[in-house]
Amino acid sequence: MGTSYARQRTMILITFLFIPLVLLGLFTYYPAVRLLYLSFTSWDGISDTVQFLGLDNYKEIFTNPDLFGVFLHQIPYVLGGILQNIIAILFAVILNSKIKGRNLFRVLLFVPYIMNGVAVAFMFQYVFDTENGSLNALLGMLGLQSLQHSWLGDTSLVNFSLASVSFWRYMGYTMIIYLGALQSIPGDMYEAATIDGANRFQSLWHLTLPNLTQVIQLNMFLTLSGALAVFDLPFVLTKGGPVGSSETFLLKTTETAFTFNNYGLASAMSIVLLIFTIVILVVQNMAIKRKGDA
Amino acid sequence: MTTKRIRDPIEWLKYILLGIASLVVLFPPYVVVLNAFKGPDESSSPFALPASFLNVENFRIVFDRADILQAFSNTFIVIAVSLVGNIVFGTMVSYALARISFKGKRLILGLFLFASIIPTITTQVVIFSLIQSLGVFNTLFAPILLFIGADVLQITIYLQFIRNIPEELDESAMIDGASLFRIYASIIFPLLSPATVTLVILKTINIYNELYIPFLYMPKQKLVMVSTSIMRFASNNQAQWSYICATILIIMVPTVLLYLFLQRYIFAGVTNGAVKG
Repeated sequence: MGTSYARQRTMILITFLFIPLVLLGLFTYYPAVRLLYLSFTSWDGISDTVQFLGLDNYKEIFTNPDLFGVFLHQIPYVLGGILQNIIAILFAVILNSKIKGRNLFRVLLFVPYIMNGVAVAFMFQYVFDTENGSLNALLGMLGLQSLQHSWLGDTSLVNFSLASVSFWRYMGYTMIIYLGALQSIPGDMYEAATIDGANRFQSLWHLTLPNLTQVIQLNMFLTLSGALAVFDLPFVLTKGGPVGSSETFLLKTTETAFTFNNYGLASAMSIVLLIFTIVILVVQNMAIKRKGDA
Repeated sequence: MTTKRIRDPIEWLKYILLGIASLVVLFPPYVVVLNAFKGPDESSSPFALPASFLNVENFRIVFDRADILQAFSNTFIVIAVSLVGNIVFGTMVSYALARISFKGKRLILGLFLFASIIPTITTQVVIFSLIQSLGVFNTLFAPILLFIGADVLQITIYLQFIRNIPEELDESAMIDGASLFRIYASIIFPLLSPATVTLVILKTINIYNELYIPFLYMPKQKLVMVSTSIMRFASNNQAQWSYICATILIIMVPTVLLYLFLQRYIFAGVTNGAVKG
């Protein structure tokens, strides 16, 4: 008989948790705390001394329209995200019914999520290209020349074009999450509803949607926090252009840090983004709790 | 029954909607496939068919110029090392949390959970100098260190699995005198393999698709990864659509194949993770 189990438990706790917790601390919590500290300073990323600025960075963020105003560019992503959830529920309901080729459609609609994000971005650069792009070519073939646009070059369109790429990429993913939730609603509930004389739309409205509330909340959190943190698409496709019209807050943050070496301001921007994410989460949790009490 | 179904207009509507969605999904990749095989003197209209689908000249050029092989091998190394570590750490944390009761268990779970809501790009402002002071900037260790840690999705999936493994198994092994480490290594770990397979696939896809971490930490030419290879190549070959299309195809095919063969695990992982999250 070796070491006692009580002793072994302590050993296991220490050895099994040590490295993962160190990694978590080093790459998540230390940066978060340091970010908070730097957000009150004017650190330039190099010098050893930092000047304490108090709340100046935060004042700058909320008063400088060049910084806070870019959130306006992200509204199309929010709208696209909401639409994405509606369409995803629609297709989840369709694919949850007895229908031929169910698995084929499920596999097909999910495929964009699997694709490399940068490759997807360039694929859409080709779709949206003004001269040779396939979207304008398609519109031309259909006789809809009037709808042809410079999809990524027009300041009022560019964010909608980018948001549509995000829609294309994530709709299937959202749909799979809804489909999973739908499949966990017991089938006999529907039978009971049918016996009670409910038609399809009544059971959709009174049975399916209420059972999806939690998943809808989850997906809305993912959608909204995703829309707050838009980065990859404009970073690859437009670099924030034309004339800064597709800048996002996160893109601005990384520029502020890595291009302009204003780490203090960038840290404050990161903290603002983090606080917004937490606010969304808390508000949604409160909404769920209120529903639960009612 | 069947005839009733076909007459039902709602059923028709379902197929029409699915058809439209499929076209929307397939349209961009379809155009990419067409144009990846076109030579320099062929029609630049995106819908024109290539002269031959056997014309692999573009792919040859891209393999030469875009460091594709280097990118694949670097990406493979990063994925392999990160995942081995990540699976070991993830199962260890989950085993400790599931089978040993101790104070602070909820706190640890909470720490992992809260970590997942911090947008990763925001903390790079600080992690950048951390990576430099650890001396791993411009080495493959930079992304590996950032991908290797256990995360909350993985831990919740593992915890679910471990709770379904009867504790009697552990107890009977203890009667035989097995150490706790042995119980973890030869009973729990193997029984977690279905979850491990799912997680390996999902994480492989995530790391393969990751853009900003290789971009930020490995600017060195030799350390190109899949995502950065296409970015560099495309910025040097603006509007050379046939080359860019070939690169897109080369990069997309591996994960799409992986997905087609292993879809069952991927769907299981996505659904599981979401419901728990």
